Amino acid sequence: MNLQDKKVILHDMSLRDGMHAKQHQISIDQMVAVATGLDQAGIPLIEVTHGDGLGGSSLNYGFPAHTDEAYLSAVVPKMTNAKVSALLIPGIGTVDHLKMAYDHGVSTIRVATHCTEADVSEQHISAARKMGLDTVGFLMMGHMISPEELLAQAKLMESYGANCIYCTDSAGYMLPDDVTQRIGLLRSELANDTEIGFHGHHNLGMSIANSLAAIEAGAKRIDGSVAGLGAGAGNTPLEVFTAVLDRMGADHGIDLYKIMDVAEDLVVPMMDQPIRVDRNSLTLGYAGVYSSFLLFAERAEKKYGVPARDILLELGRMKTVGGQEDMIDDTAMTMAKALQATQA
Amino acid sequence: MKKIKCALIGSGNIGTDLLYKLQRSDILEPVWMVGIDENSEGLARAKELGLKTTAEGIDGLIPHIESDDIKIAFDATSAYVHAANSAKVNAKGVLMIDLTPAAIGPYCVPPVNLSQLDSAGLNVNMVTCGGQATIPMVAAVSRVQAVEYGEIVATVSSKSVGPGTRQNIDEFTRTTSGAVEQIGGAKKGKAIIIINPAEPPLLMRDTIHCLTEEDPDQAAITESVHQMIAEVQQYVPGYTLKNGPVFDGRKVSIFLEVKGLGDYLPTYAGNLDIMTAAAARTAEMFAQQILDGTATNNQQVGVN
Repeated sequence: MNLQDKKVILHDMSLRDGMHAKQHQISIDQMVAVATGLDQAGIPLIEVTHGDGLGGSSLNYGFPAHTDEAYLSAVVPKMTNAKVSALLIPGIGTVDHLKMAYDHGVSTIRVATHCTEADVSEQHISAARKMGLDTVGFLMMGHMISPEELLAQAKLMESYGANCIYCTDSAGYMLPDDVTQRIGLLRSELANDTEIGFHGHHNLGMSIANSLAAIEAGAKRIDGSVAGLGAGAGNTPLEVFTAVLDRMGADHGIDLYKIMDVAEDLVVPMMDQPIRVDRNSLTLGYAGVYSSFLLFAERAEKKYGVPARDILLELGRMKTVGGQEDMIDDTAMTMAKALQATQA
Repeated sequence: MKKIKCALIGSGNIGTDLLYKLQRSDILEPVWMVGIDENSEGLARAKELGLKTTAEGIDGLIPHIESDDIKIAFDATSAYVHAANSAKVNAKGVLMIDLTPAAIGPYCVPPVNLSQLDSAGLNVNMVTCGGQATIPMVAAVSRVQAVEYGEIVATVSSKSVGPGTRQNIDEFTRTTSGAVEQIGGAKKGKAIIIINPAEPPLLMRDTIHCLTEEDPDQAAITESVHQMIAEVQQYVPGYTLKNGPVFDGRKVSIFLEVKGLGDYLPTYAGNLDIMTAAAARTAEMFAQQILDGTATNNQQVGVN
């Protein structure tokens, strides 16, 4: 693989996807410290807010320690070079949230839908574009459909005004060939000035390999997370990925020692549990289940006595999609009833 | 028996499903189906079922309102055009039942507030499918004790969500959360909608979370929830409690499944059914008032 001098834009997820792993409890001070460290390390784009994006604050996904407004207004003014992005999932957040994020100085809006449902994003993508924001269409759970179907959805988002399209491996299920096929087709069929991005999870240990495959196939933006702080077994660990890109001679613009230090000194001490491939996060990747279901399934195991792994497998069989966190308790209760019935 | 004549505006999923329900009514008679696409499946089906049709939109209907004695209209188009549609039929004295999330008239969730509604403003709003499925549960909790916060998650199959709802998804969340407060009785409301493309399509699922102000009275809430489910089952027989109520501190969680009657779309589209069944039930109440001469908008049965 030759990535010599390839321009790569790294986008940090630790303060948004990492909120899943922290049950949305990152403090304002921690957010500002990590974002400032990333800015100084040269990370160009940093995502901030609730794990489920703007408006994600809820009983279903968890109430955050602070509002999206509070996080954005604390972080944005502290940035010297880095820009701040926000995620918006239609059905959870609305254009009102988008305007709020714009007013707080966000430069990039990423409008996320399940990979087959791009047509719910028209309101939000066109509004973001009208505000002059860098506007990304973010197709989640991209492993669930073929590259051709993914392309059709990407073209919808492009037609609404998205200037960048992401193939998102929300379940950490993809293998490098899956990434190559999807990113390759998007790159060859979307407009030349539409950028392509890839968002990985490490549930099968493939996030670095998948991200490299994405760059080789034409992706310019790569999501990752310093120290891997993210849902499931975490996102592509950015300090590791930076070192790999460095070895390959890619043009990433990051200070390796500085990002290593942010990982080690700031982010690892924040973790409530090790972010690693264990039997439950591995099951996410193996069964193709949305990564943020992990901690919910672990809590349901404690509450209802059904192993988290079994709950996650069942959620995979049911073809649940991102946002269906309510089905975790429901499924655990139904499984517990069935277990009791067979034991009776 | 005398029936009240109705017009349906919008020949998509919701309009067509509603048509089947109105045809079974003892006191409503669907007469017109209004569309905008001459070649649409919905208009062809309505014509087959004996309705008069127009592909000229609302303006194709207006000249016939008096001559065909239309008293009630249903709008199943989109929030963007609802206000204009409503103004045009209201000018002819016709009561509008709004199935879009435009919500320019008062919200109506039949088992909660139908009996308190009047037709004086000539427009009532049916909230959203998610609202019809979940607000009775919020109300079932709030009639026992104060609810500080009510949140609903509606999950629907991709095949049951038409283009109107897709373009209007923000209006869905805004209108539903507004009605969780106003009709459900929660001090603050939030609504989330998830669209799932699984095949075979999943039945509509709804989760309701409430935070009560004081510790929840578990027995009273459980009884109230079961009573309210029986009320909804009168017009949506497939409205079923899957799990709960589950109590966790002040949090009360209720997990529902809504199976449709399969009138137009198959039974997975419980979201369609609960909306159209609620609209038909609401229209029947107003039709009865017109027949009884007690309608507050002075609508009278035309002399034939």
